Amino acid sequence: MSETLIRLENVSKAYPGTEAPAVGNLTLDVHEGEVLVLVGPSGCGKSTTLRLINRLIEPTGGRIYLKGEDVTEIDPSILRRKIGYVIQQVGLFPHRTIAENIATVPKLLGWDKAETSQRVDEMLELVSMDPAIYRDRYPKELSGGQAQRVGVARALAADPDVLLMDEPFGAIDPITRDRLQNEFLRLQQDLKKTIVFVTHDIDEAIKMGNRIAILREGSEIAQIDTPEAILSDPADEFVENFLGSGAILKGLTLKKVRDIELHDIPALQMPVMRDEALKALESSPEKTAVLLDKDQKPLRWISEASLNRTTQPIEKSGKPITIDLQPEDTLQDALGVMLQSSVGMAVVVDRGGKYLGCCSIESLASMIISGSGGSQN
Amino acid sequence: MTLATPAKVQRSQLAERLDIIIPPLFAVILAILGSVVWLYSDIDSITSSILTAESLQRQIVDTIILGFASSFLVLIIAIPLGIAVTRKGWPRLKTFLVDSLGLAQALPAYGLIVIFYSFFGAGINTVILALATFSLLPVLRNTVVGLEQVDQAVIEAGRGMGYTRIQVLLSIELPLAVPVIIAGIRTAIVINIGMAAFAFIIGGGGLGETINAGLVMNRSPAILIGAVMLAILALAFDSLGALAQRYLKPKGM
Repeated sequence: MSETLIRLENVSKAYPGTEAPAVGNLTLDVHEGEVLVLVGPSGCGKSTTLRLINRLIEPTGGRIYLKGEDVTEIDPSILRRKIGYVIQQVGLFPHRTIAENIATVPKLLGWDKAETSQRVDEMLELVSMDPAIYRDRYPKELSGGQAQRVGVARALAADPDVLLMDEPFGAIDPITRDRLQNEFLRLQQDLKKTIVFVTHDIDEAIKMGNRIAILREGSEIAQIDTPEAILSDPADEFVENFLGSGAILKGLTLKKVRDIELHDIPALQMPVMRDEALKALESSPEKTAVLLDKDQKPLRWISEASLNRTTQPIEKSGKPITIDLQPEDTLQDALGVMLQSSVGMAVVVDRGGKYLGCCSIESLASMIISGSGGSQN
Repeated sequence: MTLATPAKVQRSQLAERLDIIIPPLFAVILAILGSVVWLYSDIDSITSSILTAESLQRQIVDTIILGFASSFLVLIIAIPLGIAVTRKGWPRLKTFLVDSLGLAQALPAYGLIVIFYSFFGAGINTVILALATFSLLPVLRNTVVGLEQVDQAVIEAGRGMGYTRIQVLLSIELPLAVPVIIAGIRTAIVINIGMAAFAFIIGGGGLGETINAGLVMNRSPAILIGAVMLAILALAFDSLGALAQRYLKPKGM
């Protein structure tokens, strides 16, 4: 496994006047380049734990190591400049432009102006915002989703190795949240930052995390493992309850269409004769075929019945294919498409829209029964 | 969201514009009123001996000095104090200060000036001190409120990115509190100019002298002209405050 980048050793935080500590004796390793999600019911101390790492909350006991260096005693402001920090409410400075907001940490670190300005543009492009449009705007002119993009850009501006994210997508509408999550996962594939991510949403944890730490009261780790391992083998009743029902369905978000074997059903490329089509259908156990156009893009589902019943040209028979899947889509998406489709199957195409094969409910079911796909890490 | 924002901006722009237009407008109306009184009433020798150019000029300068000096004193006391009590660990001091200064404001200014006289003797300095005490509260309170209304998330983000506490104060909290603090200063200046009318009772000078002389000698034109000049001065300072509020407000707010 990769190297440990952040290590919390017997860290605790007790507030005077309260009996139980907010965080009691927590030991936690965060590996280089991973997304570690801290998830748990509200009040379990997950945000407190996150803020102990950059010492926005000073621990009352234990040591904190960053890249093997003990940072428990160093000046917290110096420490924080090396760690990106994103919070749910974003907290953009309302009196500064977007560019000035993003330049916050570079300025604190004394970068020169040209370098900073170039970096700001890079960062805006990284989060898919046009620098020409947004550079000189003020935060009040942004939507919630845009503000959080800028929040992420600001956290990444000085290229920190570590990023702490406290429910970053928690206050955003579900559709935008989903998009931001996907964009963020794509970013992370290139950036390979070490990220500690706090959420109360187990689905988000499964989607975002390489590893998940499920916390119970007092920030005690109930289980820490990969999402697959936690889903297939919850450590105790607490974890099981927290995962809730439908752990198998949740597991579908972890696997991609490319992980399952594609079903081979006849594919007929236009132009095709009716006789030819009927012959192909006869040999197919599903009695269904996919009609492709001359660029191999899927057009319609055709069946024997639909060919016999109608005198229409072949390209008008059967049912149109409206949604297709790509190998990178999750199996949860695939299940949705299959349930909507009239034939209980979904076509899979490559990036260019060319037909690759079909996946069926049966192949999904056999994958679930056989258990671990094992291709994720 | 996109619809609501421009409407709100327009409304506040209108309010801001009125804020800048109305005080000078009133000042002009008062000036006309004063000239009409001067032109059309009987000005006997007593009245003209009260309203000599030389004494009026001196009294106006006195009033301006009183207003400025006491307001400046308020600034350098109330703002640092406001900052201090909003730092961690001072909530009791804050309550104590706000309450006791509220008490000072509940006293009539007249009484406050007399009390200060019995401690510090006659003269303009005593009046400045009394006025400063009287108008400390609005600035202190607005400094406290201005700093406390800054979004905690913004402060947390600043701390989280590595601002020191001083940097958070100077580059986040204070700039964002400026509009509220200036509103408090504006109130204090107007109070101070108005209360400067009482300065004469302990030999502090000011336009109060003219008004008092008019009262004693029963010369209403003198009373009216003294009062109008005082009002014009107060409005002029209020306009300065409105301009400051407009141009010192951080962009993007």
